[in-house]
Amino acid sequence: MASVTYEHVYKRFGEVTAVNDLSIKVEDREFLVLVGPSGCGKSTALRLLAGLEEITDGTIYIGDRVVNDVAPKDRDIAMVFQSYALYPHMSVYDNMAFGLKLRKTPKDEIKRRVEEAAEILGIPHLLDRKPRQLSGGQRQRVAVGRAIVREPKVFLFDEPLSNLDAKLRVETRANISRLHQRLQTTFIYVTHDQVEAMTMASRIAVMNQGILQQIDTPQNLYDLPDNIFVAGFIGSPAMNFFNASIRKDDGKLYVDGGAFSVKVPEERIPTYEAYVGKPVVFGIRPEDIHDPNFAPPGIDPQPVEANVDVTELMGNEIFVYLNSGDHNYVARFDPRTSIRMGNNVQVAFNMANMHIFDRDTERAVR
Amino acid sequence: MSNGLSRLFKKIPLHAIVIAIVLVWITPSLGLFVSSFRPADRIASTGWWTVITSPSELTLDLYRQALAGEGMAQSFMNSLFISIPATVIPIMIAAFAAYAFAWMSFPGRNILFTIIVGLLVVPLQMTFIPILRIYNQTGLTGSFLGIWLAHAAYGLPFSIYLLRNFFGSLPRDLFESAFLDGASSFDIFFRLVMPLSVPSLASLVIFQFMWVWNDLLVALIYLGGTPSVAPMTVTISNLVNSLGGNWQVLTAAAFISMILPLLVFFTLQRYFVKGILAGSVKG
Repeated sequence: MASVTYEHVYKRFGEVTAVNDLSIKVEDREFLVLVGPSGCGKSTALRLLAGLEEITDGTIYIGDRVVNDVAPKDRDIAMVFQSYALYPHMSVYDNMAFGLKLRKTPKDEIKRRVEEAAEILGIPHLLDRKPRQLSGGQRQRVAVGRAIVREPKVFLFDEPLSNLDAKLRVETRANISRLHQRLQTTFIYVTHDQVEAMTMASRIAVMNQGILQQIDTPQNLYDLPDNIFVAGFIGSPAMNFFNASIRKDDGKLYVDGGAFSVKVPEERIPTYEAYVGKPVVFGIRPEDIHDPNFAPPGIDPQPVEANVDVTELMGNEIFVYLNSGDHNYVARFDPRTSIRMGNNVQVAFNMANMHIFDRDTERAVR
Repeated sequence: MSNGLSRLFKKIPLHAIVIAIVLVWITPSLGLFVSSFRPADRIASTGWWTVITSPSELTLDLYRQALAGEGMAQSFMNSLFISIPATVIPIMIAAFAAYAFAWMSFPGRNILFTIIVGLLVVPLQMTFIPILRIYNQTGLTGSFLGIWLAHAAYGLPFSIYLLRNFFGSLPRDLFESAFLDGASSFDIFFRLVMPLSVPSLASLVIFQFMWVWNDLLVALIYLGGTPSVAPMTVTISNLVNSLGGNWQVLTAAAFISMILPLLVFFTLQRYFVKGILAGSVKG
């Protein structure tokens, strides 16, 4: 058990800066998820911590120890790879025991640990099999088991679920959360899937182009994204963005999107007043756009005229693709809605959950 | 049913062509094989196919003559004594080298590897005179050590090339995972790379063993004709010279020297095809 600290960490591959001034403090026993699009540097950040890549500049601590020049095997970490990287010629037992054998752990201790890990993961009946005789899900569990038996201070996961089918992924997600509960160890988990990030993390670090965009709890990240990238990356379907301006009229503020104009809630007026007359990006999540007939109570609905382009029934909800003027956006409606393709309708924006971003800096205005 | 039948008919021309090629290919060997069981004077006067009409003339005479030939048993042992180390030594060295070329980063790695690949095209005849001069100075001429070294050197470029490509196709995650598990380069080499490379190692063993076993030229140059060190190839070729025109005995001798390579091939052939694919095609 240990905390992990990145202090102004850089990693350059030739001209490319894969990790750019990364500073994160991961608390002991925390489940931190690094998330971002492919090529954002999240895997590199993890590999730097594992010691599989050398740091160009900066410092990484595990606990209080600087690990920049510590060999991977001495960092007291274990990693689960995307491809699982099981040793194909060894049985499941030997796969899990390999690291312990190399460390000259006593035989009965190895046996105890492997059996215990197999028990936790529900694979005691597979210990004699070879990896090729296992299904994808079973292999994934063996890979996790191999990490568990090492009893490391920090667990690293590099997209461990991306080779599983959708149903298994949901199941395994819950299993990994449970495992974290049980082991009470620091987990650092890399994924490009924001759903995995939202469901498992105690905190999420969003990265893009090698730069840490925001790090916060899933709920805060969702409700209060720091910039347009984070706002668009977290949530599915993504947040709708409109180029708009703030207009003041009769002491009230309006977001003017050209084809629509919606009133800003009273309590936000002081926040946005400085942006009156300036170009901004107005953001609103699909679930904050309602069919007026099914709008929940306690919101701040503002009417907007829209054309229904396409509807997609998901069963528990309907994705409605709308346009107002040249703005295209998507809403999540209650499935009881009577709206159909081609209709001209009035929808309600819940302005209580609106977002305004500076158009130049792309940062949230708060 | 009719579907399967028509498919069968469609395949007939293909099968016919393949069988024809096989027949053309094996006819000389077959003729040689049949001849080796015929009396020497009949070989000189009639074709091997006459056995079809007079099978009674088959005899083991030539085999008796070949086996009774001067130093045959000794040279069989010599051949083994040359071939086994001359197979094991280069492949061991090549495996270490290939691992380093594939997975360890050191300055000049690519240039060195390019040079080694370049060595593949150097004809070995070019090396005889310079190497023989060194051997004569160091007293390696006519010794087993000398010919082991020579065969090792001639076998290394291809072995390194093949193994490097195979090792290079092993997934990187495997190595990284082993590193995190605490494995040293030696652990990885012996516990991961070697067991996973059995097919390509086996195919290399076949190549190198057959090449050394069948080699006449290199043995003749570095060992000379001394019976105490001469391999079978040398002794067999001497058979003709010492017996004057009695070349017919070569047919039997050839098949005697072929027994061991055939044995090696059939025991390792399971890996042979797999191994050749293993280096070039992934999975």
